[in-house]
Amino acid sequence: MESYFSAQNITKRYAHHTALSGVSIEVPKQSIFGLLGPNGAGKTSLIRIINQITGPDEGELFFNNEKLNPRHTEMIGYLPEERGLYKKMKVGEQALYLAQLKGVSRHDAMKKLRYWFEKFEIQAWWNKKVEELSKGMQQKVQFIVTIIHDPSLLIFDEPFSGFDPINVNLLKEEILNLRNNGATIIFSTHNMASVEELCDNIALINKSHKILEGSVKAIRKTYKTNTFALEYNQYKGPLRAILPAYYELLDEQQDDDLTKATVKLPAGVSQNELISALLPHIALHSFVEIIPTMNDIFIETVNKATSDSTNSQNALL
Amino acid sequence: MNKIFLVIKREYLSRVQKKSFIVMTILGPLLMAGLFIVPVYLAQMSDEMKKIDVLDETGWFMNKFENSSRFNFEYVVDDLETAKANLSAKKGYALLYIPKPSATVPSAAVIYSEKQVSIDLKGYIKTVMAKEVENQKLGAEILKEIRKVNPEYKSFGNDSISRESLISEEILKNIKTNISLTSIQMGEEGKEAKSYTEVSMGVGMFAGILIYYFIFLFGAQVMRGVIEEKVSRIVEVIVSSVKPFQLMMGKIVGVALVGLTQFLLWLVLTLTIVTVFQTVMPGSVDKKSPTEVFSPGTRIPADAEAITEQAEAVNSTGMSAISEALGSINYGIMIFSFIFYFLAGYLLYGAFFAAIGAAVDNETDTQQFMMPVTIPLILAIVMAQVVINNPEGPIAFWFSIIPFTSPIIMMVRIPFGVPYWQLALSMGLLTVTFIGAVWLAGRVYRTGILMYGKKVTWGEMWKWLFYKG
Repeated sequence: MESYFSAQNITKRYAHHTALSGVSIEVPKQSIFGLLGPNGAGKTSLIRIINQITGPDEGELFFNNEKLNPRHTEMIGYLPEERGLYKKMKVGEQALYLAQLKGVSRHDAMKKLRYWFEKFEIQAWWNKKVEELSKGMQQKVQFIVTIIHDPSLLIFDEPFSGFDPINVNLLKEEILNLRNNGATIIFSTHNMASVEELCDNIALINKSHKILEGSVKAIRKTYKTNTFALEYNQYKGPLRAILPAYYELLDEQQDDDLTKATVKLPAGVSQNELISALLPHIALHSFVEIIPTMNDIFIETVNKATSDSTNSQNALL
Repeated sequence: MNKIFLVIKREYLSRVQKKSFIVMTILGPLLMAGLFIVPVYLAQMSDEMKKIDVLDETGWFMNKFENSSRFNFEYVVDDLETAKANLSAKKGYALLYIPKPSATVPSAAVIYSEKQVSIDLKGYIKTVMAKEVENQKLGAEILKEIRKVNPEYKSFGNDSISRESLISEEILKNIKTNISLTSIQMGEEGKEAKSYTEVSMGVGMFAGILIYYFIFLFGAQVMRGVIEEKVSRIVEVIVSSVKPFQLMMGKIVGVALVGLTQFLLWLVLTLTIVTVFQTVMPGSVDKKSPTEVFSPGTRIPADAEAITEQAEAVNSTGMSAISEALGSINYGIMIFSFIFYFLAGYLLYGAFFAAIGAAVDNETDTQQFMMPVTIPLILAIVMAQVVINNPEGPIAFWFSIIPFTSPIIMMVRIPFGVPYWQLALSMGLLTVTFIGAVWLAGRVYRTGILMYGKKVTWGEMWKWLFYKG
């Protein structure tokens, strides 16, 4: 797929630490790209560089095959993690101001704001001061302001924080809508469930290095451990007794009726072999492969990278 | 470029719509007008009769000063020293001495007193003297014009020449007279200290303090605005649309326009209030009807409407004693310089304030950075006391050239008259310095606004100057 936005070998140093070292990302057009990483990994630095708030020390950025330049700011919508609006300013006035700063004419901004305020059912807030709104309400206003200039690249940093479940769903829907209508989205979050739900591709950054990237599906596939969950009955004895010795039994729980078990197969053994080994003894009710969650992958990868780097540091010592 | 105007517009409108701005705009002129009006009003209230001896060597003004409820003029014929001695002896209020003019017409007088002479008395004396001299001049000019037509003409009488037709613009310009009235205070031992500069001192000090106040007030507004943006975290959204420098300049310029608006509103409102006061209070100060000034007994029969009209025009300069006393100052330069020094001084300090605001996380952290920035300002206001007593001295000169103090000190000096080259040098240096300051501040600002949770030191700020965009 054609990449809409790409960053190549970005390095950013501050006085006492390096925020990014040689990080590259490729964001395909009309996709949702997850930018993941533990706190302080360098995500915000990268996002600020994409927004041209700061510049990289090394590396190049391309927006729709052009070198990234100040004209592009009007095509980018940015929802920062730390939200904020002018507290004393009226909601409508403020939305108009921020839209105009993104290059939308007052007239167009007015029209679009009216549409979005209606859609989010917040018309009544137009003349209220921001400080009169609850935090969730402010977030809604901020979301509208982020997308009001129809940006072709959207950057959401923890968009769901501070929303109740109903509004999280509303927001997810809007984000998917935006993608389906042609926008390319970079999405940074610690909520791995929403990554699985929304993201097409991800990059995982840890301690200024990119340690993992690819499509969510492919990554989860590579992290599969050949583990299966099954439910059965008509056999009350321990599963170990009927399981080939070199199959690993991770979990076994007996209910009144059904027994649930998790089995890890050695590499090269297919699930069919497991089923054929068991079928003479049990009545199988369900059988699913356990695919690791992004959460597991995140924790595993980050821990591995951290211990690797400590090891290599120790080796150096 | 368009975006910086959006920022300016927001900064401007969000401030002028505030209640505090509106209250200040109304209260300021009331206070200032009060400063003008109350002393005059109080002076009129005092029912003490003031005795003024008049020693008129020219003989032009004999019986021209009219006794009023507050002033009693007495004409004396003595030499100056005796008259002065007599004044102390009989506890008179003041001695007006009009020496024989070196030129053709008298244009100068000296007023001796023990206490400071009230400003309305001075105004009255100047007005009466000016009117008298102008009358005489007008008479002479008209006589000249008539003689052009009729060389045989000796004096006014019944004749057919219309006098109105003879009074031209040129004549009126020629007869315009400025009386210089020097006031000398006699000390207890007869020591004489000149005090004619008190109006200049007052105006200079007032302008200096106003600049000081404006720089602080609006500089602090810039700082608070920057901190507000940083604390509310909106800054990150905004700098993804505009460059940090544009945001900073937009704020500084927006607040400058607020200051300018306030200043102009104050000027207009103060003048309005003072004018209204003068109109409403009949007989206030020395406002006189033209017919009274051109009273019978002058050598021109006051029959012509034209004369009355022109007299009004002449008289308008002396509408009130205060404006008469203030009239010696060049207001064009004064107001121009005020606006320049306000803007340039504010830009210089406003840039520093913006940088400070960007470097800290909240207002309490600003203390350590505020100190070095405010010291020159405070020094300037302290030095103003020295400068006002010696506006030509080396201290006055250097402090009005050095950009960090020049906005205040130069404003103090201007009413006394400053050579143009000094003014130009001072303004030039200030301009260069504020451009430099804005540049430096911009570099601190763009790093500072995105830096959270860190106690910033001077060393750190120094490093920020060299960060790459």
